[in-house]
Amino acid sequence: MLSDQDRMFTNLYGLHDPFLAGARARGDWDGTAAVMARGQEAIIAEMKVSGLRGRGGALFPTGIKWAIMPKVDTPIPNYLVINADEGEPGTCKDRDILRHEPHKLLEGALISSVAIRAHVCYVYIRGEFHAEAEAVQRAIDEAYAAGLIGKNACGTGWDFDVYIHRGGGAYVCGEQTALLESIEGKKGMPRQRPPSSATVGLYGCPTRVNNVETVAAVPVIMKRGGAWFAGLSAPKEGGSKIFCISGHVNKPCNVEEALGISLRELIETYAGGVRGGWDNLQAVIPGGVSVPVLPKHVCDTVTLDFDALKEVKASLGTGAIIVIDKSVDLIDTFARIEHFFMFESCGQCTPCREGTGWMMRILKRMTEGRAEPEEIDLLDSVTRQIKGYTICSLGDAAAQAAGGLVRNFRPLIEERIAQYKAGHREPGATSGRAAANPVAAE
Amino acid sequence: MAKVTVDGIAVEVPDGCNTLQACEAAGVEVPRFCYHERLSIAGNCRMCSVENAKYPGRLVTACVTPVRDGMEILTDTPAVKAARHGMLEFLLINHPLDCPICDQGGECDLQDEAVAYGRDYSRFSESKRAVREKDFGPLVGTAMTRCIQCTRCVRFCAEIAGVPELGAFGRGEAMEIDTYVNHPLSSELSGNLADICPVGALTAKPYAFVARSWELRKTDSTDVFDAVGTSIRVDSRGPEVLRVVPRLNEDVNEEWLADKGRFAIDGLKRRRLDICWVRRNGKLERATWPEAAAAIEARISRLDGSRIGAVAGDLVDVETMLALKDLLASYGSVNLDCRQDGAAVDASRRDFYLFNPTIAGIEQADAVLVVGANPRREAPVLNARIRKRWMKSNLPVGVIGPEADLTYPSQAIGSGPETLAALLDGRGDFAEVLKKAERPLIIVGQGALARPDGTAVLAACWKLAAACGALTPEWHGFAMLHTAAARVGALDIGFLPKPGAKGLPEMLHGGVDLLWLLGADEFDVGAIGKDTFVVYQGSHGDRAAARADVILPQAAYTEQDGTYVNTEGRVQRARAAVQPPGEAREGWKILRGISAYVQKPLPYDDAAAVRERLAAANAVFARYGVLERGGCADQAGPAAAGALNGAPFVPPIANYYQTDPISRASPTMAECARVHAPQPAPVAE
Amino acid sequence: MAKNDPAAVGAVQPEHFAFDAESEAKLAVILKRYPPGRQASAVMPLLDLAQRQMHRTTGSGWLPLAAMDVVADRLQMPKVRVYEVAKFYSMMILQPIGRYHLQICTGTSCWLRGSDRVAEVCKKVAGIENFGETSADGMFTLSGVECLGACVNAPVLKVNDDYYEDLDAESTEKVLEALKHGEHPKPGPVNGRQASAPEGGPIALASLTFDKAE
Repeated sequence: MLSDQDRMFTNLYGLHDPFLAGARARGDWDGTAAVMARGQEAIIAEMKVSGLRGRGGALFPTGIKWAIMPKVDTPIPNYLVINADEGEPGTCKDRDILRHEPHKLLEGALISSVAIRAHVCYVYIRGEFHAEAEAVQRAIDEAYAAGLIGKNACGTGWDFDVYIHRGGGAYVCGEQTALLESIEGKKGMPRQRPPSSATVGLYGCPTRVNNVETVAAVPVIMKRGGAWFAGLSAPKEGGSKIFCISGHVNKPCNVEEALGISLRELIETYAGGVRGGWDNLQAVIPGGVSVPVLPKHVCDTVTLDFDALKEVKASLGTGAIIVIDKSVDLIDTFARIEHFFMFESCGQCTPCREGTGWMMRILKRMTEGRAEPEEIDLLDSVTRQIKGYTICSLGDAAAQAAGGLVRNFRPLIEERIAQYKAGHREPGATSGRAAANPVAAE
Repeated sequence: MAKVTVDGIAVEVPDGCNTLQACEAAGVEVPRFCYHERLSIAGNCRMCSVENAKYPGRLVTACVTPVRDGMEILTDTPAVKAARHGMLEFLLINHPLDCPICDQGGECDLQDEAVAYGRDYSRFSESKRAVREKDFGPLVGTAMTRCIQCTRCVRFCAEIAGVPELGAFGRGEAMEIDTYVNHPLSSELSGNLADICPVGALTAKPYAFVARSWELRKTDSTDVFDAVGTSIRVDSRGPEVLRVVPRLNEDVNEEWLADKGRFAIDGLKRRRLDICWVRRNGKLERATWPEAAAAIEARISRLDGSRIGAVAGDLVDVETMLALKDLLASYGSVNLDCRQDGAAVDASRRDFYLFNPTIAGIEQADAVLVVGANPRREAPVLNARIRKRWMKSNLPVGVIGPEADLTYPSQAIGSGPETLAALLDGRGDFAEVLKKAERPLIIVGQGALARPDGTAVLAACWKLAAACGALTPEWHGFAMLHTAAARVGALDIGFLPKPGAKGLPEMLHGGVDLLWLLGADEFDVGAIGKDTFVVYQGSHGDRAAARADVILPQAAYTEQDGTYVNTEGRVQRARAAVQPPGEAREGWKILRGISAYVQKPLPYDDAAAVRERLAAANAVFARYGVLERGGCADQAGPAAAGALNGAPFVPPIANYYQTDPISRASPTMAECARVHAPQPAPVAE
Repeated sequence: MAKNDPAAVGAVQPEHFAFDAESEAKLAVILKRYPPGRQASAVMPLLDLAQRQMHRTTGSGWLPLAAMDVVADRLQMPKVRVYEVAKFYSMMILQPIGRYHLQICTGTSCWLRGSDRVAEVCKKVAGIENFGETSADGMFTLSGVECLGACVNAPVLKVNDDYYEDLDAESTEKVLEALKHGEHPKPGPVNGRQASAPEGGPIALASLTFDKAE
């Protein structure tokens, strides 16, 4: 268990004053100028040592991400964009930072801006987070007034402006290039790569898009050292992060913990355990709904870190732990998850636009059992026709979610179909319309 | 240049070109729906996956991936095939199986690719998506349930047409293409949407359920509804022209066609003159060819050449005009005019009346001044080229004349000749722009010339071009924009009054005793003298035919071979796709026949002989299709006469959809004119 | 023709819209956020502003076509691009709506913890049958929305801008009844929980105290 002294987000729960006075008491804005004075290269090097990976779910090492940016000033500006479009189902960690630790975010933004030579930062906050946006705006106003940001930020000679841009309700805008499109006043449709947003980003300028939690972690890491952060977890696993434990636990909560903690320990220590006891556990989605679901027997032993989750074909994602006990129908759950992806697909590229709806409809039928056993393979085949062929990872996520269900819970679906068939034996009744098709799946 | 191989075929392609283009260079076909070489790249259909040999199994989307030197592209691996099968299946699951009633059937990209990559059964057992029907106006038919969301149409409207009226609304599988909001498409290029739509979602509305592509006889031809000379293909079945589509011609129209050229063709079947008419006792009566010829002979043989005149209309081919010129010459008449609008012209040098920089050359211009023209209405395809140039990098465009939305930003710098004078004096911001430009382009429209001080305006425009460096040995930036397809050809053969001879104004009010009108309807017919004998030779019973004493029915441009010279001076040919109706005959043949009847036979008996005569009259007619862009060899300008006056320039075309006898006979064009007419102000109750 | 055809655009559209003084003041601030020539970036904030003005002035926070046209003119954008944006983002409401927009989170975590029950109560109290409907008195419009990002406080109901968290049937009814009576119940967890800390008090961070600096 991480000690309170090693936790970065000391006001995660909002027990203390989130604004400038309170933030200063917790050490924010302390020695910022000195950190900035170390310069671009040193900051990037320190971040590489820390092993911090992007906290938005893609888990790309932050230091390396920053190192791709231009190392000299060019006639066009660089931009820092903070992704606060938190919307991955199960995830609500950035919300706590926005409303309870806004100054950590701003301080992190300032330090990050030095690392990527940006003098302007946009914080893209999802439109639904109205109170959170107000809290960040208040913090921005305080920081300007105190000379912490703006012209000659913290007295370093570095100019740094921060603006909030509020979203309009589109999950896909959490994808970094869709987010940039959205800031530019367009539909949130992800861009093609190449080029990378490090060369052609916001307004065609070099841009880095970082998650709220990533940026807010920067000040503490810089002040206490990358080695300290890396040492919080097993080597190369990347320190600590905020976990969101939701669903069928006795006490859902957010908590910052070291990576590598076992899933069971996390749930039982902080969230009061699974509702009805550990044996009542059916499955856990370990990183937001984009991550494949884990059956109980895997949950018994799995640890929450990069490698261990990769081994069980899942991912750490955003650190959203969705706990599902035996009281609900898992197929129905995934039909709903696929409905989410279908609804949030931007509609730009074919596989995601057409495939998400198809998967959802198959799963809806399977919820009732109104399907053929071969259609489980059809579903799996559809996921394979999506994954890797889309412009952004929303389609991948949708495919992974359904693919994870098929991989880990095939017997459940087969049983449901058999049940339905048993209950509908009257002559002439076919279970699914695919029945007439002998080769429904390949 | 980058050296790459595609399935083992080595090709060299320019740096920065994409993988799909490299495959095309190698002659390897890659299926695609959203990619279109003249539109921005969307990369959304995901059909063009190929494999990079360096990363086996990992696919790249060809249209969005730039080539790298040394790249080995594979297009027929199992992974590529699997990907294309998958994408095609996704595109088909919500696509209706209505090919038998779909107008695109037989020329549908999706149908073609389904043959290559589709299954013969469907794995999709859910309900298919249905989309609420849309209304895009009289020209573009919609069946949006068939839409595969490739967004070519949205990009076409925004990028090529420059009239951003289409959008992709909503998201996910609910995304639909529509206008904002239920607004008929107002672009003059909207018909091209039917061509670029890869499926049957957007089709040509007037062509709905008319024919199958394989039933059509295809005739390559040239459009005559404006002076651009768009390359077209006329598709016919039996005696009927069923549709007109553009042909690729990079020098002229790229692959676009203006709506009038595409959709006015239903005017070819209405109000046609298919029999001779002769006025007897004040009433037009049906007649045979000999009767008509006799009526003409009875009149013409009594007249002195100075009392005979001829006016050529806007759609007439050069051969017919030449034959009439020759016939009149045999009577000693040089009273000829091709300018119903009365535009000033100096035909002493060809570059005084041509669009010298050429249409393709517009892309080299770095500043444009438009004088008395609205290129969007007068030459939509040419206007698209100006827009293309503007899209490439910012292009300053100044307009002298009425303010109009040209589909690209333009600066209104004045309304009439006084602004021209100011620019000549170097006054005003735009004088500076023109001076700084390396290749300025001065577009002179008929609205600047068809006025009493036209000659002075023409001279001033040339002087301005010379003064701002538009006339150099490398660049000829003086660009006259004509509106009539017949005009440049007429000028090339001298269908103009020689000094001392009568032009159209002098022929009116009894200035001549016999007036021969070649499809000329665009002037005040009422001003023809009461006792003037009028011969109307043309295809449609339009304004002037009603005034005629003899009507000679002529083939329209789709019914005879004919030469046209476009505004650039490019000599092109329209070809007969169908037979003329009834008794109608080819233009020059009518005149050859009459000449024999009046015993002044023209010295040509077949088309080849006419063309020889044409080339003898002007050497430009010896070369078809090609045109070299040259600089300006001689800065001396057209003859100047008179002073500039203060009246503002008036655009020559008020109603784009109805400009000539064919389009006025077209119900489709009438519907467009109705839909796009300026809305009357609401009446107070 | 079409603009006022309710069948075509889904609502009877007002003829005119103009930003009032209060909105104009905010608008000026918004426009300053973006670099010169990038004013299109302000399209979402301006649409939001227009929608809020509609709520403030008419009680129904929706976005008429006339407002979109005004935004397009202001930002020198083609109207169709503004409409595309409005149709893409789910927070842009293109039809008249009740005074209180009840947005039930139907996300996974909320559903696991009983969002269906919350929806039932909302329907009962508002007297409506389906998502997307508005109560007869114009007080409530009910929507099911995707994940609101407050998953550890599930189930969540968003009323206009406010999150009500950790709901059950009883507390949902209380919130709605209060709204009906013109009250404004305190947003946040309805069971008195401290934000995202576990019920009964935090386990982590409990040992920390901070002195106010300065």
